[in-house]
Amino acid sequence: MAKKLPLEGIRVLDASIIYAGPYAGMLLASMGAEVIKIEAIQRPDQMRGAGLGLGVPDNKPEGNFWNQSAVLNATNRNKKDLTLDLTNPKGIDLFKELVKVSDVVLQNFTPRVMKNFGLGYEVLSSLNPSLIMLSSCGYGATGPYSDYRAMGMSMEGAIGLLYLTGYQDGPPVRARVAFTDFQAARYNTLAILIALQNRRRTGRGQHIDMAQYECGTWWVGPAILDYTMNGRVQERTGNRHPFMAPHGCYRCQGSDNWVTIAAGNDEEWNSLCETMEQPTLADDPRFADSLSRLKHQDELDTIINEWTSQRDQNEVMNLLQSKGVAAGAVLNAKGVLSDPHLKARNMWERVTHLPEATNVGTRIFPRMPWVSKNIDFPPSAPAPTLGQHNREVLQGILGLTDDQIKELEEEAIIGTVPPNAAPPRVAPVELMKEQGLIEEFDPNYMEVLGLK
Amino acid sequence: MMDGALSGLKVLDLTHYIAGPFCTKFFSDFGADVLKIERPGSGDGSRRVGPFLHDEPHHEKSALFLFLNTNKKSITLNLKTETGVNIIKELVKEADVLVESFRPGVMESLGLGYDVLEKINPSLIMTSISSFGQTGPYRDYKATDMIEYALSGLMYVIGDYDKEPLRQGGTPAQFCTGETAAISTFMALNYQQDTGGGDHLDISVLDSMIAPQFTALTPYIFSGGVMRRQPKVGGKFNGNNAMATQNGYVIPVVMGNMEWSLFALSVGLLDELDNDKFSTPAARIENSAELDEILLRQFKDKTKEELFHETQSFGSAFGVVMSSEDLVNCPHLNERGFFVEVDHPATGPLTYPGAPFKLSDSPWSAGRAPLLGEHNRDIYIDKLGYSPEDLVRFSEAGII
Repeated sequence: MAKKLPLEGIRVLDASIIYAGPYAGMLLASMGAEVIKIEAIQRPDQMRGAGLGLGVPDNKPEGNFWNQSAVLNATNRNKKDLTLDLTNPKGIDLFKELVKVSDVVLQNFTPRVMKNFGLGYEVLSSLNPSLIMLSSCGYGATGPYSDYRAMGMSMEGAIGLLYLTGYQDGPPVRARVAFTDFQAARYNTLAILIALQNRRRTGRGQHIDMAQYECGTWWVGPAILDYTMNGRVQERTGNRHPFMAPHGCYRCQGSDNWVTIAAGNDEEWNSLCETMEQPTLADDPRFADSLSRLKHQDELDTIINEWTSQRDQNEVMNLLQSKGVAAGAVLNAKGVLSDPHLKARNMWERVTHLPEATNVGTRIFPRMPWVSKNIDFPPSAPAPTLGQHNREVLQGILGLTDDQIKELEEEAIIGTVPPNAAPPRVAPVELMKEQGLIEEFDPNYMEVLGLK
Repeated sequence: MMDGALSGLKVLDLTHYIAGPFCTKFFSDFGADVLKIERPGSGDGSRRVGPFLHDEPHHEKSALFLFLNTNKKSITLNLKTETGVNIIKELVKEADVLVESFRPGVMESLGLGYDVLEKINPSLIMTSISSFGQTGPYRDYKATDMIEYALSGLMYVIGDYDKEPLRQGGTPAQFCTGETAAISTFMALNYQQDTGGGDHLDISVLDSMIAPQFTALTPYIFSGGVMRRQPKVGGKFNGNNAMATQNGYVIPVVMGNMEWSLFALSVGLLDELDNDKFSTPAARIENSAELDEILLRQFKDKTKEELFHETQSFGSAFGVVMSSEDLVNCPHLNERGFFVEVDHPATGPLTYPGAPFKLSDSPWSAGRAPLLGEHNRDIYIDKLGYSPEDLVRFSEAGII
């Protein structure tokens, strides 16, 4: 029997929070799985309260502020939302009933939390032996650090990547975005997809112990082998490359505009010299071959900076690329969102939110990272509002009566409004600009994004 | 080989360098049969990239190649010959998945485009990995990891406020893409297994970087705000930056719900820090220079490990900046049995990072990378039925 989407028929209980679990849940949901996000009105996903630098519409939390968060809406598309208070035995029972009719449980609490709820893998697998349960956390379910706490910014250091990131001879430099969480999200997704393949073959479910600490180090696998092979500890090298020169980031016209340029061989180097209209450079003995260019990078960078600083970043990129030299403009958020290539590849999907998500309306988000020729993916549905699918899930799947639903609402085991929650604190735009948290504020952003 | 989670899956691997081989590593390490097609003579380009064992450039001793190609088989085959193309077509008949990472258009020019292969095997999943994708104005642009960082918007927000933007160390964009390609391929496999239908997936490094990278984009999408690198004000502590200790760096993290006084206590500075000067985020920005000075003075007499364990015992989420050496010697990773020893004819036994996650019911296999053309006889003679004399002729004609 033909079916439309790859994971149609797979039900996922997604009790995860922040990014690492929820983004994995979104990928599975976008593949066609029925993903039920489980929160409690008493303890919603923290990202619902994230006012984080301009993270609610026009920086003004209003109305149902718990449904307004930019990052929550970006990370939870295509899911359903069920609220369940797991500190209440009735909440636990309902969770267990759902486990019996689900395929996957995805959660990223520290190891003791699910056990304290009485929802460890032994319990859940006895209810449903074909269940796949993923436990994802910073340091994993066993070992001396298993109860240690982790956040994206600490994992960046743990996985060995931060050690390698920074200006030459300077301290490690952190990213301002939570990329390790999304890295972990991809491993969460992979682990579930691999376990699903195994289940297809054997019929058996299993438990997945995911430590961000471990999967993260795969990104520095070659550096780890350099140490185990040669005893060498690789250090920070700024934007430089082990064997390409030039390989750097150069200033362009404007206040904070830059372009990256890389030349990997003599042909590309000659092309770069020609494009800069300095053909004699190609004959300069300091830059005669790859090795001499590697040894004279400071001089090289000065020459290239002089040329680029008179020019527009996109002009430099397109000109050099047309001559066969690798180059890329350093785009800021507005630049990325306006980039012609990304637009041509339909990178931005328009999502229209429910009125219950006050003022969010229609926004754009990056689409899923794949382009498929044959699978007919529907447009993304908006992230659910808190408790949006309480009835659909509890009545549709578990067959609860109206009275039972009402009782659960009265006991605050389910709901749609967090009790006593305060709107997120947001800093005024002017203060954010002054402190350099935000470089500029574009009042015409809705027009730029084609949303007005 | 042990029965892995993916036993029985057949993957034809026409990839090279990093992103493509990383994608197929997720198949081979979990038990799929991954057959790597390499160029006769030189093989996968990553075989020429360092670091090498004892810094001796040798195509069987590249750390990059050895790490990325564990548990795969290798045959050599010249795809620019008619015989080469025909052999691929023969192998495609039995493959579930084909992954390739040539520049866009190369597979078509070889006569191995999706339109040709789907006729041979209608349920084939073909995954094409490229820098900028199979379509769009930058399709044929060249890239390095740094250039992908630049165009993704990530580079603009990494670095010091007034200095040039920075890429991250190593090649994270390539790794991110390998993961994304593997996810997408597993997705399409479910489609294949349920419907019998095949698919062609277009995976680009730039898409892979941007799709999950919304934390720098959403301030603009929701409020018109453009983020830049580390905030202009607020010092190291408030920028959540790495701070120096006696022997390296820590990342002091104040959990959202953590009381400031508890943080002060956890770093042994209750008297100095638990006061109005520092107790609110705004006050910490106001007095950031003094705060940095107090913390750095305290940290310089402690090791990063001491600070990590001491603060964690108070429930903080302090992080440590780990080098490759720290990781290999980490007691936690070693108690969990993360690292594995992999023996290899050209290098002898070496320590590798092990399974990225632990599956309770599926063993993970710590196999090695193949020698160039190691499986030529197995595949050409035992599987495809050529004779040893044919192999000699193939070799003479530059086909294998």
